[in-house]
Order: sequence, then structure tokens, then C-alpha cells
Amino acid sequence: MGAFHEPLNIIVTGVGGQGNVLASQVISVAAVEAGYRVAVGETFGVSQRGGSVMSHVRISHDRPYGPLIPRGRAHVIAGFEPVETVRVMLDYANPDTVIIMNNRPNYPLGCLLGEDKYPQPQKILAAVQKMAGRVHVLPATELAKEAGSPMAANMVMTGALAGSGLLPFGREYFVETIKSLFKDHIRELNLKAFTFGLEHIGSNVAWRVSYNENFAGNL
Amino acid sequence: MTIMGVCCDKPGVKVALTGNESIARGALEAGVGYASSYPGSPTAEVLGTLAKLARQFNLYAEWSINEKVAMEVAAAASFTGLRSLVIMKADGLNVALDFASALAISGCRGGMVIVVGDDPGAHSSVREEDSRNLCKALHLPVLEPASVQEAKDVTREAFSLSESLQLPVVVRCVTRVCHASGDVLLGELAPAGRRPAFNQGDRVITFSIKLHALQEQKLARASDWAGNSRLNSYHGPGDAGRLVIASGPCYMYALEALEMLGLSEQVGVLKLGVTWPLPEKLLLSYLKTAAEVVFAEEVEPFVEDNVMALAARHWDEVGKIKFYGKRNGQVAGPNGPGIGELDPDVLAQSLSAIWGTPYTKPALPAHQEIFDLLGTKMPDRELALCAGCPHRASFWSIRTALELDGRGGIVLGDIGCYTLGIARTGYYLLQTMHCMGAGVGIASGLGKLDCFGFDKPVITVVGDSTFYHAALPALVNARYHRASFMCVVLDNETTAMTGHQPHPGRETTATGEPADTVPMEEIIRGIGIPYAVQDPYDVEAAIEAVYRMLQQQGPRVLILRRACALAAVKGKQKNRVYVDPEKCIGDSCGCSRFCSKVFACPANIWDAESGKARIDEAVCNGCGVCATLCPQQAIVVERTV
Repeated sequence: MGAFHEPLNIIVTGVGGQGNVLASQVISVAAVEAGYRVAVGETFGVSQRGGSVMSHVRISHDRPYGPLIPRGRAHVIAGFEPVETVRVMLDYANPDTVIIMNNRPNYPLGCLLGEDKYPQPQKILAAVQKMAGRVHVLPATELAKEAGSPMAANMVMTGALAGSGLLPFGREYFVETIKSLFKDHIRELNLKAFTFGLEHIGSNVAWRVSYNENFAGNL
Repeated sequence: MTIMGVCCDKPGVKVALTGNESIARGALEAGVGYASSYPGSPTAEVLGTLAKLARQFNLYAEWSINEKVAMEVAAAASFTGLRSLVIMKADGLNVALDFASALAISGCRGGMVIVVGDDPGAHSSVREEDSRNLCKALHLPVLEPASVQEAKDVTREAFSLSESLQLPVVVRCVTRVCHASGDVLLGELAPAGRRPAFNQGDRVITFSIKLHALQEQKLARASDWAGNSRLNSYHGPGDAGRLVIASGPCYMYALEALEMLGLSEQVGVLKLGVTWPLPEKLLLSYLKTAAEVVFAEEVEPFVEDNVMALAARHWDEVGKIKFYGKRNGQVAGPNGPGIGELDPDVLAQSLSAIWGTPYTKPALPAHQEIFDLLGTKMPDRELALCAGCPHRASFWSIRTALELDGRGGIVLGDIGCYTLGIARTGYYLLQTMHCMGAGVGIASGLGKLDCFGFDKPVITVVGDSTFYHAALPALVNARYHRASFMCVVLDNETTAMTGHQPHPGRETTATGEPADTVPMEEIIRGIGIPYAVQDPYDVEAAIEAVYRMLQQQGPRVLILRRACALAAVKGKQKNRVYVDPEKCIGDSCGCSRFCSKVFACPANIWDAESGKARIDEAVCNGCGVCATLCPQQAIVVERTV
């Protein structure tokens, strides 16, 4: 696997309903198509009702691994939601972990009800930067809206991951996977969203970005 | 992850599958002819996958009304010589237990596999039942896959074992296998084409003590078979003095934990793919050289207890062994031994403590430092009904009607999306919650306490799929005994929690064939219970309906019917809902931020900058119920249809 970690430990995290599971499936189908071994551990079920969702994706060359990444050993965390990104980092990040994070909050019920506080965007970024080596923040939900639907933020995030240079296989495997998994206008939407994510990360030379993107809505 | 992968006719090729798809593929490689299930996490997707391929593979697949019936119909197919598969979660095995215990005595003919999904950690269950203890009581063999690949291989193997023993075989799969995905090396698909036969002299009877003796013989044969089965395997040095005995995904965790500790060369790992009956001869051969044995399994100390009993019976052969596991508390996660899942960290820590090998973990972020940077603690993310969920509107109506009624009425419930009525998202309405349909039975009991002076009105909520699955006997009981309560059927026209499977109230079957629908109204009318039907999205009318029926006596049913919001918007353009900033007057309204804080739909958020309500368009499903409740009528719904 050359310069890549063995196994490469990726965590995809977010809120149930954001399409995290689908994103982890696209990554793993692409990995198998590219000839790698893959183990994905994920929790769904009641989690699809607005709970925290986390998929562990482990890509390896020869040996199969179990579906759970040990604590502190994630190489990449793709966070579909800021607070969920922090939550996963607390248990799985180390100073070398790379973070790709959507800037769009999804407010927990307790925050909506005013019983809990949703942290300020700048403070979340400070916390994320404190914990990780490289941080890339992108407006995935906004890019997805541009592509046609905010629901396609998962494919924007997948595109960003594919374009990050962190995976041992090329974007073409992702494109083929998306083409095989979806049909008609959903396929077009997802391909467009994927490309937006890919281009966004590709155009961003400085990894440790400043936090310019506004959060949509505050509490 | 793709149906193409499951039916791919290229043996030797690797495809990415989920654990549940891998089970389905294993059944296809075994030539399954008949499959049945009632949906439940973590195994809900197995039958759905087979149903999609039913025509192509000439097999029959159905979503049965409950797990007991599912097991009976699958057994019927086996009695005629077909290979049959029945799938359920651990809770479902409890429902099917009566038949299962009889079937284990009569045996079967065609290979019959019972897939049971256990949920260590109770990710999507009310408890983390370990079904292996039941299977032992049933006298049924239990096979456990350790990975997604093995989910297929074990399932296929289970059919042959069942057929050779003439006994159903259980494949016990945990969430970390069912809901995992991985590369799967495909085997050959078996040609379909067995013809069912049940001839005049054929008898499948559960009777006589002789059959119990036969059961024991079958298990003895299974133990012998297990000793040579490649489902068990050993990894490590020869004659290992230190041995880990692992089953299920704990095998993978054990390998990784030993690697992290640098002990791979010194410690052997014996994977048991057959956990009941134990492969006794195989185990004894390893126990003879081992001085220390650690058990890695989920959830209960099942292998641990049984291996220790085996060692006790053979104490003179195996010598002195120190056992470590849940019984002595040495293998334990954060919640204690035998509670919750294991993982590589838990095992690394346990093994490190047992053998005094230091475990150097990567330095985790200092949590307090991060909380200081955030300026707040991490907000919890509790489960919530989806945006637009008709149950939210229904719970709101029940809560409001009970307040208007003022007699302190109580609300009961059970299993489904509406279980969230125990939590904030359902206004903490539910006061009892146990198993499928239990709310109706408990309501029937409370409804007879008036003779002791118990005069609170009782409401029980039950989902539409649960109504068919388990509510009917309790309703008949209530009618027969004139128990006084109100049953509210939260009818979202699907089995929503597990992924929108059909039930007898629907127009089509699992395989998309037209069904003879059994409307719940006809059943309720047949039982002789008065009922009404109301759309919960019309909140005012729903409150009125609940209130009106609260004043009545005897058993009565209110059907609050509205399609699941997720199913309703799937593949369709959603209604656009937004807040008119001219009309929303923010905190000066006096509504206490009704839409976001009180009604508590996750799509209703608050814009601190403008001091007004907002709709999160990435979350909103366009139901428009909040628009009907906003006191300023500041929420606008642009309908797409």
C-alpha cells in the first residue's frame, strides 16, 4: 500500500439521516473494486432517528481487520456535522489525524429546547485544530444545495475524501461506484455533488484553513 | 452493498457486501427455496435482499405477521424437503420460542436455518439478549460468524449441517457482523429446483420421550462434526500455554488486541465458529496444553461457562488451568463484565491486565481542555422522531387532550418508532414499554382495576405493524372482559423503524406481488370494538378525537393514520416550508418559541441573529404541521403538489 497506512482507518460521522451510511458504503465498494480488503463497522437502526452515527471504514492490502477502529487510531475523520466531528475526535483522533468537516450544524433536541448550548463555530474550529494535524472545513451542505439538494452533502463529503490524496486508490473508482449504485436523476445529483466536493478540496492549497464559512443559522 | 453483488454469478470474485447481504448470499449458495421473517434490527435486511431476488432464483420470500408464524411457515417448507431460512432478531426468537422448542424435537427434513440477530450493546433493541442460552435450552446447534465473509460461509454450511442432522440450525449473528460490510469471496450459486413433497405417510410429530433421546444423539453428532469443521480455527504458536477462546467478531478483536500488545507470537487464539454444542474433542486438545485461558465473547459468559464445565468433567486430562473471563471480572468493558460490547481496546486492556503486558495507547485529546475551548460541555444527541413524523403530531394531540381532560390519564406503549414516546421527543408520555404489543395487554389489565377504585383514563399506543404482530389477542381479551381503555393505533402505513417493510395492512407483499390486504378496521369491527379514524396532521381534529374517546367506557380504538414522513417524501420533491420574518415576532410573541422549543421538531430551529424562528431546509420533510400550530401563522408551506 506504499505510503498509505495499513490498515487505513477512516471514520465517517454525523447525524442519522445525513446519509453517512451510504457514504461509507460508496467508499467500501470503491475500495473493493480497487482490489483492497475492507471492513466497515456501523450502527444504524434507531440511530437513523436523529442520533449520532459513526461508520468505521478500514482499508487494507492483504489481511482482513475487524470492523472497529481502536481508540485514538483514526487516520481520517470525515465529519458531516461539527459537534459530531468533535465527539468522535475525543475518542479516536491523535495529532496526526486528518479532519474533513462539513461546517453545517444539525442541532440536537436539547439545544433546540434551550437546555444545552451548541458551541460557537469559532470555538469548534479551535477545538478541532487543537486535536488534529490537518483540518479541512468545507460548506458541504451549501455545495450540495448548489448541486441540487442539501441531502447530497454526503456525496460532497465523499468527493472531498476522494480528492484528499489520503486514499490509496483514485477517484475513478468512486465515480464508477456512484454510477453503479444510483439511477437517473439521483445518479446525476450525486455525481455532481461528488465533483463539487472533489473540486473544493482540490482547490484548497492550505490545509489548515481559516474559518470563513458562516454557519447556517445560530442558536 | 449492492444487490448485483449478492446475485453475482462469478465464483471466486470478490464483492463488497453487508453482513446481512452476505447471509442472503450464503442462503442462495445453499439453494434456499423458502425464506420468511418479521423485520427486526440487526437482521432486517436479509429477507428484503432475498425478496428482491425471489423471482430470479425461483424462491419464495415473505414478511410474516410475526416471528412465530415466520418460523412455522419456514418449517412447513422444510417438511416438504425444501431448504428454508427464517430470520429474526433475538426478541423474535422469544416470540417464536414455543414453536421452536417443539420443532427441535420433531426435527425437520430439508435444511432449515434460523438466523437470529443478537444486539450486544442494544444499539437498536430494548435489551442485549444473548440468544445462545435459549438455543442451548432448545437443543439446537449454534454457529457464529466472525466476519462478513463468514456470514456467508457459515450460513451455507448451516444448511448442510441441518439437512444431515434433520434438525434446524441457528446462525447467531451480532450487530457488528450484520451491520458490518466487507469484501466477500463468492462461492458457487446452487441450482434451484427442489420440488416439495409431503406424502400420505409422512409424519412430523412432537411426541414421546424417545424423540428426546434422538435429540441428544443429534447434538452428539453435531459435536463430532464441529470438531472437524473448518468453521473453528486456530491461530498462533503450537502448544500455546496461553490461549484466547473467541467467538463472533471478538475473534477479530482478539487478534488485533494481541497485535497491539505485541503478543501475537506467544498467545494462541482458538476461534469457535460452532458454539453449541461445543466441539469437545477439539477443545480438549487445546486445553491439554494451555495453562491460562481467556474468553472473548458477547454478551453472556456462554462459551466460558460451558468450556469450564467441560474442563471440570475432564480435569484429570487437562490439568490445572487458570480461566479468565466475565465470571472473575477480568474481561470487562466500561459497564462491567458481561454487559455491553467488546472491542479491540477492551480486550487489549483486559489482556494487558491479565498478563501484565503494558498497553501503550495513542495519546487521546485531553477532554477537559477541549471542553474549555468549546466553552460548553458536549451537547448530547438524544434520539428524536424525524422531522415531519406523524407520531410527533399524534403525541402532541394525546398530550393536549390529556391536559384538557385533567384526570391524570396515563399512556402506555411498546416497540416501534413510537417507543421514542419514552423520551423528550415524545414529551415523555409513555409510562410502560416492554415488548411487541405489551402496551395493549397492560392496558387491558389496568382497564379492569375500576372495581378497586382505579379511575384514571388509560391510553395505549401501538404501531400498525405491531398491531398485526401482537396486539390482536390482547384486544380480543379486552373486548371479552370489557376492559376499559383507549387503544391509539399510530398507523404510519409501514414498518418504519426497520426500514419500511410491508405488513398485512398493505397492498403488496415482500416480493411486490399484489396482496389481499387485511384492513385493521375490519379486524377491529370483527372483534366488536368501536373505532374512529383520524389524520394526526390535522392536529385540532386529532385532539378533539382523542378527547372525545377519552370520555367513553370499554375498549375503543382510535386510528391516527398518516404515512411515515420518510416514506412519503422518498424520491419526491418536498414541500417548501419557511418562516415569514415579517410575521414571526420572536420572543415578544409569548409562544415560548413554540415551534422549536415546545413542539420540538428538529427542523424548527432558532436564528439567534434575527431573533426569529427558522426552518432548517436540510432537515425539514415538509409536513407543515408547525404551520398549523404557529400562533402568528408565520410559517408558510409551499406545496409541491
